Amino acid sequence: MGMKANLRQLLITLDRATELSALQDTIVALRDHYDVAHMVYHWVSADGEQYGCGTYSPAWVQHHVEQDYLRIDPVIIGCFQRFHPVDWKALDWSGKAAIKFRSEAVAAGVGNQGYSIPIRGPRGQFALFSLSSTASDDEWAVFTERNRRDLLLCAHSFNQKALEIEVNRMPEQVKPLSGREVDVLTLLAMGYSRGQVAQTLHISEHTLRAYVEGARFKLGATNTMHAIARAVAEGLIVLGGAARNARGDWPGRSDAAE
Amino acid sequence: MLRYIYGSELHAHPRLADTMFRDRTRQFRDRLNWDVRVNAQGHERDEYDEIDPLYVIWQRADGCHGGSARFLPTTGATMVNDHFSDLISGVTIRIPLIWECTRFCLAPKADGRVAAALMLGGGELMRGFDVKQFVGVFDARMIRIYRRVGSSPKVLGTSGTGRDAISVGLWDYDPADRVQVLARAGLSSAVSEHWFARAFGEKPAQRVLRAA
Repeated sequence: MGMKANLRQLLITLDRATELSALQDTIVALRDHYDVAHMVYHWVSADGEQYGCGTYSPAWVQHHVEQDYLRIDPVIIGCFQRFHPVDWKALDWSGKAAIKFRSEAVAAGVGNQGYSIPIRGPRGQFALFSLSSTASDDEWAVFTERNRRDLLLCAHSFNQKALEIEVNRMPEQVKPLSGREVDVLTLLAMGYSRGQVAQTLHISEHTLRAYVEGARFKLGATNTMHAIARAVAEGLIVLGGAARNARGDWPGRSDAAE
Repeated sequence: MLRYIYGSELHAHPRLADTMFRDRTRQFRDRLNWDVRVNAQGHERDEYDEIDPLYVIWQRADGCHGGSARFLPTTGATMVNDHFSDLISGVTIRIPLIWECTRFCLAPKADGRVAAALMLGGGELMRGFDVKQFVGVFDARMIRIYRRVGSSPKVLGTSGTGRDAISVGLWDYDPADRVQVLARAGLSSAVSEHWFARAFGEKPAQRVLRAA
């Protein structure tokens, strides 16, 4: 069972593209091909910067950015740094902020159904490919089951092309920090003194210094402050402490849930 | 029961995680003599544990680790691409339909059913998420272990000989295997789908099995 001919043609066109505008043209055509409400390709960098293409109305995209909905959107929170495709019904829509978000999204024409394919690229790159629809539950289940394999390939084709065109956006290689190094930098970033951090983590100040040095080395930072700044920028630590362990690992998740 | 847990969620299962990383120390450092890093807590962990992999873990009735394997998409960082591509003529495997499976580990005294359950878990990932193949790195002794659990990889390349040989290999997905693996694991299809749904909120697709 092969891909439909027009789908293959669309992906070939995408593969030959050299301009970002081709991504937008292809996603519109692909949305029409699948006859869904919307389709979006979305590269989310660790500092929350967004980039991509899609068929959402400009007003909704702008509203999403202005309201900082990255912190609330259950699709982004639930998929961030994952790598398995997700039906939106499997996500947590129960929080007050999520309920409000959902009603706004539906009003903006996003649809009541959705399916997202998270993508992990090289060097910690992360992107999300989503479709939404106004189908019934049964229709949507049949649709996703029938098309999920092709959609997975579409998602990765978009990411591949985006990586090719936007080489400059790729983060520099950063070695992952150990759990202890993250703890130490997070507490220092929260304004704890070295003594307080050592006490909190039940380690000596000598050991603390070793963790800071380790992190500083991995981050290629010149001093502790620089290491903290880089760790925050790279998304290796999240200000606000507890947020680091929040499910879904999205900055501000815990605030959003309140 | 089978658990599917991302690295960033392991903190919610401290006993399971602790016993898993200890059993990995036993298997990879103590039994197989691999040159692995073990931290102060006695946990064998490497850089890939730090980048939020997906673990498939057999959890025993007492809450401890019975066996596990670790999965990462090959579109991101993987052990094969970072360290072992010379075994396969410098080829980089970066394919959405292939995930890497590493650190296949069994707790001491784990029986064949646990190994079969882990294979089942891997198969459910393939079935549920359209993964066609797993790629992995293993040494000669692991080949014996894989053969014993009835899941021998297709070897793509090897360096070294005898006990020191290290290979890169591929596991294919064959839906017909599922019935046999279920039987070997002593589990029903329904319970496996329930565990999968518990972790991912949806059932792996109901695919019609080809008649044997």
